[in-house]
Amino acid sequence: MDQQRPRTLVEKIWDDHVVAEDEGAPSVLAVDLHLVHEVTSPQAFTGLRERGLTVRHPERTVATADHSVPTTPRGLPFLDPLAAAQVQQLDANCREFGIPLHGIGDPSQGIVHVIGPQLGLTQPGMTIVCGDSHTSTHGAFGALAFGIGTSEVEMVLATQALLQRRPRTYEVRVDGRLQPGVSAKDIILALIARIGVGGGTGHVFEYRGEAIRALTMEQRMTICNMSIEGGARAGLIAPDDTTFEYLHGRPHAPHGQAWDDAVEAWRRLPSDADATFDTSVGIDASALEPMITYGTNPGMGIPISSRVPDPAAAPDTSARRALERALEYMDLTPGQAILGQPVDVVFIGSCTNGRISDLRLAAAALQGRHVAESVRMMIVPGSDEVKREAEREGLHEVFRAAGAEWREAGCSMCIAMNGDQLRPGQYAVSTSNRNFEGRQGKGGRTFLASPLTAAASAVAGVVADPRLLPGIEAVAGIGGR
Amino acid sequence: MPEPYRSFSSKVVPLKAENVDTDQIVPARYLKITDKAGLAEVLFRDWRFDEQGCFLDPLFVLDKPGMAGRNILLVGANFGTGSSREHAPWALAAWGFKAVISTGYADIFRSNALKNGVLPISVDPETHAHLFALVDDDPDSELRIDLAEGGILLPDGTTIGFDVDTFAKLMLLRGTDEIGYLVEKLPAIEAWEATHPARVDTRSEARATGQV
Ligand code: SF4
Repeated sequence: MDQQRPRTLVEKIWDDHVVAEDEGAPSVLAVDLHLVHEVTSPQAFTGLRERGLTVRHPERTVATADHSVPTTPRGLPFLDPLAAAQVQQLDANCREFGIPLHGIGDPSQGIVHVIGPQLGLTQPGMTIVCGDSHTSTHGAFGALAFGIGTSEVEMVLATQALLQRRPRTYEVRVDGRLQPGVSAKDIILALIARIGVGGGTGHVFEYRGEAIRALTMEQRMTICNMSIEGGARAGLIAPDDTTFEYLHGRPHAPHGQAWDDAVEAWRRLPSDADATFDTSVGIDASALEPMITYGTNPGMGIPISSRVPDPAAAPDTSARRALERALEYMDLTPGQAILGQPVDVVFIGSCTNGRISDLRLAAAALQGRHVAESVRMMIVPGSDEVKREAEREGLHEVFRAAGAEWREAGCSMCIAMNGDQLRPGQYAVSTSNRNFEGRQGKGGRTFLASPLTAAASAVAGVVADPRLLPGIEAVAGIGGR
Repeated sequence: MPEPYRSFSSKVVPLKAENVDTDQIVPARYLKITDKAGLAEVLFRDWRFDEQGCFLDPLFVLDKPGMAGRNILLVGANFGTGSSREHAPWALAAWGFKAVISTGYADIFRSNALKNGVLPISVDPETHAHLFALVDDDPDSELRIDLAEGGILLPDGTTIGFDVDTFAKLMLLRGTDEIGYLVEKLPAIEAWEATHPARVDTRSEARATGQV
């Protein structure tokens, strides 16, 4: 390999992990960390048993239960026998194959993409996979992290490697400074609205530019998390001092001399100055306002002060048909303002926005205010650790005083597998990542937005602009660190 | 072990929807299974049935008379966007689909489909429109799909070529799955690991947590 050729971050990680490359076949790529959860793994373990294979590296594998777990108090039993059986199956599989499991009751339980970084397992330069498309979250640390299907889960369990074709590279340059009230979620929603849900297909994003450098790790995770909604299987951000500061001292982070050596190696990861990308797009962060989706895919997003698009203005028949169908499902009128649209439920949580800083923002917006009479507000921490930290800081008191529900950790209403769901026809402002038809419950209608927009809307009872909440400019850490 | 993928002829199920996501293909509440049973019934569940499990009126295309037994799904652009759930191609295969024709697919869906004998065929937008027009014209038009040749044979005798990843094609035609190939690579994987120390040990005693 020609080491002189300037390379991007993802190319460096890729080259470092290629085990073999046969003519005509995809590369065999080594996997450093495999994350497992209850929904996409049972059939993989069954496959292993049927083939007489075993888990090659249980110590490079870690499991948690998140998707189908109830977020009611942990002492209560599962109401859904299928969910209970699935979680028990994970437990049995992990025990049989010696895989560490952060299951219910474990202090590190939580959404798989929240606990990896929290435990310090997610580190720069690694390859990380999980049977979950939001594995892209871990790219915030400068790791190549992507979702895989259950057949691939089985392959990684059996071999700790995977067959992959080299992805194309896609630079997402975000310059300028975010305005108060505008956050990382708004950057990613603006990107997806711009390039569409298939825009990044076949590519890996690298987010760069001064606005990205100014973000905290949790904000970077929010952005990388939704790479998949832009069609890219992975999205990365070069590691820097912000990354190292976040990682230092975490349970699985290297320490002592190993830490110094690791940081030295991590500093060589960022894309070379003259490396080139296959595709490139630029976004001016200073021109962004809070974003919200109005339709049934994450690409159907608009600045919050603008109006729902008119299908008649769509560029072609199929775009018009898609928009008509989405507005019909959402029961919205072309040209109507999105601000002021009544809301039934507000959900704050998920692997996109269920971290402590997200909860702090929500608390800042709710402090001294009350959730509107007509609104049910659910706040679901991304992990048990996030929950404990929020309670140490007294955020739960703010939420409860505002009339919001403070629940146990899990995916909850992001995917509505666990009984937390919308009723048909209800509108939700949600900090999660998908607004597909029925995603949050059959017939439910989702507006995706930032935690600030969600909290402001909960107070107003309608879709509301967080910039208009008195005192919100003072909330620290919105525009940058 | 999957069956070798053979050429076949079939009528087409046309579905004029774009960006069909995995939550439509199999709604998440049906992901609580620990096997692959019952997925044909939940394919496109919420587009087919009401709350009570009764067929919607009008019937969704899949349930219209004459559609049962068809093996080709002709669908709008960017199919399979969303989650990595392999339940989506499992359900398509369980219903009987052996090929999907669109202008493009989400990456993970494409990869999952190829591992389950569901061929994700991409055609250009003009060909795509032409195929929809053909099926609009005669809903019983039959297509012949030949993976080895990489062609779709139309009723008028013309052929539309398509490309499939060469390796995936080989696996499909042989009826082998990738895991066997990968297991044979274990010596190379072990050699790589010998020079690349493990990055983490998930079993190592975690030191006190206390940070978020
Ligand atoms: S929070 Fe939502 S998107 Fe994230 S892992 Fe859970 S279900 Fe998937």
